[in-house]
Amino acid sequence: MKFYWLFRKDLQSELRTRYAINALGMFIVVTISVILFSIGQEKITQNLSGGLFWVVVFFSAMSGLSRAFVSEEERGTVLTLQLMSDPNTVLGGKLLFNIVLVFSMNIFIALLYSALFDVFVIKNLPMFLLAFVLGNLGIGISSTLIAAIIAKANTKGTLYPVLSFPILLPLFLTLIEITKKAMEGVPFDEGFIEIATLVSYDVVMVAAGFMLFDLVWKE
Amino acid sequence: MNDNYSIEISDLTKVFGSRIIFNKINFKRDTPGLAGIAGPNGSGKSTLVKVIAGLLTQSSGTIKHYLGGKEVHQNSVYSVVGFASPYVYLYDEFSALENLEISMKIRGLKPDQENFKALLDRFTLWPRRNDPVKAYSSGMKQRLKLIFSVIHSPGLIIWDEPTANLDSDGKHRVYELASELAKESIVVFATNEETEIGMCSEVINILDYKNNK
Ligand SMILES: Nc1ncnc2c1ncn2[C@@H]1O[C@H](COP(=O)(O)OP(=O)(O)OP(=O)(O)O)[C@@H](O)[C@H]1O
Ligand SMILES: [Mg+2]
Repeated sequence: MKFYWLFRKDLQSELRTRYAINALGMFIVVTISVILFSIGQEKITQNLSGGLFWVVVFFSAMSGLSRAFVSEEERGTVLTLQLMSDPNTVLGGKLLFNIVLVFSMNIFIALLYSALFDVFVIKNLPMFLLAFVLGNLGIGISSTLIAAIIAKANTKGTLYPVLSFPILLPLFLTLIEITKKAMEGVPFDEGFIEIATLVSYDVVMVAAGFMLFDLVWKE
Repeated sequence: MNDNYSIEISDLTKVFGSRIIFNKINFKRDTPGLAGIAGPNGSGKSTLVKVIAGLLTQSSGTIKHYLGGKEVHQNSVYSVVGFASPYVYLYDEFSALENLEISMKIRGLKPDQENFKALLDRFTLWPRRNDPVKAYSSGMKQRLKLIFSVIHSPGLIIWDEPTANLDSDGKHRVYELASELAKESIVVFATNEETEIGMCSEVINILDYKNNK
């Protein structure tokens, strides 16, 4: 339960400082507006709207999720954290925090998005929801690990997207593919490969995270 | 309380690039008391205490912490060590009391409100206990950091520059607390203040470990 208290600390701190929430909220609104403006009067296809949805998610994730570790590093509280917890507690707490953040962010994006784009209609909703949950977990896990790595580097700003791209690419390609299928309304078993890919991605990232975090965390 | 803590440092060496910070330090202690780490600015006092506390990895050699005769796992060293210094920061957006409570909970321990009150009182911070730390002066922050470092009753208490930013009243309170804590724990001062080194029953001088073989 120690990691839960670390999560609580981060949540409380976020509610007071609004570091990540402000960055995320701004980013979501700006990206969606830009898409709306650039489309103008033209009709976009269903496929494209599904892809654009994940583009918005990807860039919003880039903008806010690195806070988990970077804020500790910037404020010099990393030593404090190391002095009161073991690496697994830290990773567990930060992971939970980022996952909660990703879910709130993506639910917000999904609601806003479906309100603004009429073509964004999902026929196989259960399949999309399953993919959405697995995808959110994947984004939460990988963004936490990437944040842990870049918090130690001095080129934080640029390194995050650079490092995230190859790590998140397989996840997003799969998510875009299954979203397309869910929009077309194909039956569940035709999305099996994507679902299996998402599950494996999440499992591999969590396992790798807990194995490698020790090395990243201590200087 | 902590009389079952002991520490054993063998051939501890740290280099940054080609610069030897300290070479083959050996140190062993299984009784409570006050120990000092001395040396001029830039000699490596902070580096040594960070390595001992597990905040920085050594280049070679070992540090073993024991509790009740059993070696403490590397990832649990945090639970037997208390550490305060000007470069360890508490959470600005939380109050003094919140910082203490949060750190106990994250450690998996129960916050001991009476102990918090006694310590905050002792360092004259009790009336300001609910103010966010960002509103504290640097001396008040230092006082709080010292409190933060002892609330979990660690067997090894490391204070790097214990009296940084403190007025003479604050210094006096620190020395008093240190000598009380030294009855049950090993308290280490890393300092270049003569008076503080003078209080220690055992002193490691970093300069002795620069050119030794
Ligand atoms: N991360 C680092 N990389 C390279 N060199 C470092 C690093 N940290 C410290 N040093 C060097 O190690 C030496 C010892 O530094 P340290 O901070 O331990 O000294 P100190 O004895 O605590 O000094 P002071 O009395 O000023 O606090 C210095 O020469 C410093 O430049
Ligand atoms: Mg120093």
